[in-house]
Amino acid sequence: MSRPAHRRPEYHKINKDLFVLTYGALVAQLCKDYEKDEDVNKYLDTMGYGIGTRLVEDFLARSCVGRCHSYSEIADIIAQVAFKMYLGITPTVTCNNASRNEFSLILDKNPLVEFVEELPTGRSSLCYCNLLCGIIRGALEMVHLAADVTFLQDRLKGDSVTEIGITFLKKLDEKKYRRKK
Amino acid sequence: MAIFSVYVVNKAGGLIYQLDSYAPRAEAEKTFSYPLDLLLKLHDERVLVAFGQRDGIRVGHAVLAINGVDVNGKYTADGKEVLEYLGNPANYPVSIRFGRPRLTSNEKLMLASMFHSLFAIGSQLSPEQGSSGIEMLETDTFKLHCFQTLTGIKFVVLADPRQAGIDSLLRKIYEIYSDFALKNPFYSLEMPISMKLKAEEAGA
Repeated sequence: MSRPAHRRPEYHKINKDLFVLTYGALVAQLCKDYEKDEDVNKYLDTMGYGIGTRLVEDFLARSCVGRCHSYSEIADIIAQVAFKMYLGITPTVTCNNASRNEFSLILDKNPLVEFVEELPTGRSSLCYCNLLCGIIRGALEMVHLAADVTFLQDRLKGDSVTEIGITFLKKLDEKKYRRKK
Repeated sequence: MAIFSVYVVNKAGGLIYQLDSYAPRAEAEKTFSYPLDLLLKLHDERVLVAFGQRDGIRVGHAVLAINGVDVNGKYTADGKEVLEYLGNPANYPVSIRFGRPRLTSNEKLMLASMFHSLFAIGSQLSPEQGSSGIEMLETDTFKLHCFQTLTGIKFVVLADPRQAGIDSLLRKIYEIYSDFALKNPFYSLEMPISMKLKAEEAGA
């Protein structure tokens, strides 16, 4: 078998509009189901978490990235490899504090909000792309890294850019999985 | 077939998927008449040959089938006890198939969790910091290759010692796992996988 060591499999492409419209329909339905913005945000985050725990395996299987040795490496990989692979965009990474565990991903172009003009009245604190936060949080937890992921700035709310903040908390203990038999 | 088996072990050490694809090489089927000149005994829910090795039937081989019908542990397919059946001269002549006993699924579960612990010990014994666990275990009849993903899932492949390209096979199995198991919305993580599609892909 003469295969190169890192084989990139073929991606199955689907129509981007279909994906963006599906996401929009999802958020719209959640808005109909729940009155409060916090509830919608919370459920988007939970759904994202479920997606993230599974997506991370697909990401690791297809991208062949090795073990990271620092939080800034992880933030770089999320921005440059993961976002590129799944959304086709490359956010820029900035580090927010001296202890190097808070990072921001700045998205200047967000494909998910392509058809959204503005948030509906009465929904001013809705985080439209909160699914992304949940996905990042779920994915990091599966590689034993606890993190808090939130939107720091959102173009839909009037800010100039969309900024996702990732705060790495204490590293999850791997040993607890060995004791469970 | 150069690949003997594939095991997938989850983070906690439980076996979530297993596939065997080896044809047992040592099997012998013979017709016997009463009295049986082999000594059979019951051990661990199986009927094993204790004495009387001959013609390809070795000590330690288990009774796999009687008259072409597979036996179920110590009972025949109709529910009769094997030793009782073979003690009755009215049932003879009888054709019995002996062979190396296959592992039961409970034994496989146990072996998988033992391997999980050994894997962890391997990484702790290392003189260097941050070592990986056991990557390869070699015996004279097979080589065991193990690949642990960053999320803690282990893919274990038992193959012929001369078989090359197992690393890419392990990566391919990882991709198949991420495709079939994870993308199924009704599959809960860490639970046993029972998908025929996965078996077909893995066999391919």
